[in-house]
Amino acid sequence: MHIEIDEISKSFGTTAALTPVSLAIPSGALVALLGPSGSGKTTLLRILGGLEFPTSGRVIFDGVDATGLSVQDRRAGFVFQSYALFRHMTVFDNIAYGLNARPRASRPTRAEISRRVTKLLELIQLPDIGARYPSQLSGGQRQRVALARALAIEPRMLLLDEPFGALDAKVRKELRQGLRDIHDTTGLTTVFVTHDQDEAMELADLVVVMSGSTTGGKIEQIGKPQDIRAKPATPFVKEFISACDFV
Amino acid sequence: MSEITPTTFRPASEDSPAFRIALTVTVLAVLVLLLFAPLIAVFYEALRKGWVEAVTSLAEPEALAAIRLTLTVAAIAVPLNAIFGVAAAWFITKYDFRGKAFLITLIDLPFSVSPVAVGLCVVLTFGANTWIGASLVEAGYPIVFALPGIVLATMIVTFPFVARELIPVMIEQGRAEEEAALTLGASGWRTFLTVTLPNIRWALLYGVLLCNARAMGEFGAVAVVSGKIRGQTATMPITIEMLYNEYMSVAAFALAAVLAFLAFLTLGLKTFLEIRHADALAASRRH
Repeated sequence: MHIEIDEISKSFGTTAALTPVSLAIPSGALVALLGPSGSGKTTLLRILGGLEFPTSGRVIFDGVDATGLSVQDRRAGFVFQSYALFRHMTVFDNIAYGLNARPRASRPTRAEISRRVTKLLELIQLPDIGARYPSQLSGGQRQRVALARALAIEPRMLLLDEPFGALDAKVRKELRQGLRDIHDTTGLTTVFVTHDQDEAMELADLVVVMSGSTTGGKIEQIGKPQDIRAKPATPFVKEFISACDFV
Repeated sequence: MSEITPTTFRPASEDSPAFRIALTVTVLAVLVLLLFAPLIAVFYEALRKGWVEAVTSLAEPEALAAIRLTLTVAAIAVPLNAIFGVAAAWFITKYDFRGKAFLITLIDLPFSVSPVAVGLCVVLTFGANTWIGASLVEAGYPIVFALPGIVLATMIVTFPFVARELIPVMIEQGRAEEEAALTLGASGWRTFLTVTLPNIRWALLYGVLLCNARAMGEFGAVAVVSGKIRGQTATMPITIEMLYNEYMSVAAFALAAVLAFLAFLTLGLKTFLEIRHADALAASRRH
């Protein structure tokens, strides 16, 4: 799905989170929103998912204005920073949640739901954990279950908030490839938020570098990873990229 | 300078055995003196003249009416407070708005105000000499000196219990799980039933049990609004006081024993559920 962000701004009370930003995301792209904390990248992601509403501006999905579309009707597969798995449900029930929540007319049969959950568990390469509870899983497993749960609703796009933030370095590298594979298999337009430029550069087709200030977050540069590395558009981008390189 | 000769070593974080024993003895002494002794005294006094007399006193229509009234009041006030408590906790923890701190203070108000003052407030608001009270009496629904007033006073006094149990739990759990449910297509109501409610069920149960114990034992507020009409608006605590003042100690203590027994029942239920669902309890706390 093609996503267009048209002059979106957001403020919480008197604090500005986003100055008007515009961005076009081509259908099927894997996009990273990269920036330090306070640059409004998570706010932008939550606006796309319908969890926040912009103060001004429009969100357009495939040419249709979706600014006022409710969170339920957006059909955005959202992966939360700490995964937000339902702690009182098994992994199976977590993944099946979105299908069970559908109105009766469009709800798949029990057997069909079970088939789909099994298939998703295979996709995330954890076929045997359906009966476990989230508290019995490792961080990496939780992240993959959260991904499967988001994919179960047959989303129109995939939105991930710091998907690797809570993981150690080794697992992080493995799961990066995992996300790339799932993106390539499903062909879903995918947007993820990160403050780690390595992650953004390695994984994304398109990187959106954001910066924060007292007037709200803004977009510094949009480009392919190699272009951003080769030609940083602003001093901020240059400094942000090189600062990370030496770490 | 005197020489320091260490005799035995113990970790710095550990208290000396003498201190530990002293602490244990003090705690036990306080527990026995303040909690167990009075309870035993109640049952002892109730049964001093034998089972027959105690049971006979409970079979008096006055005593039966008091037991029935107290159970009725609790049966109305506790579920209503459970609903209001969940609604208040939900509102406070899931939304950001101005005056939140003030609202939390307001919820706590019944804890800091004397129940007698609460009772007076109800009388001053709904009494027959006020506009609201007079029109309600005219319509045939008197509030003060009747069941609605007793329920109202009990609800005000016990309002904080459920909300206070829930607010910290709901703050700690955050909004992420609810937001996840919404992005998966669940309606707000479905999210509440399938995500919020299961996550708060233990805190809710504790709140309801505490609320129930307090609702059955409420004296001050009810004493003011009920008018203490024997056999009609006298709850168990009120009846106990009246019997005691009339030197009918067996009857008073027998009824007090029943009240204590109801409290034990509440505590027992809580403990039973804790043991029975220990695993689920632990799982919902860890994540």
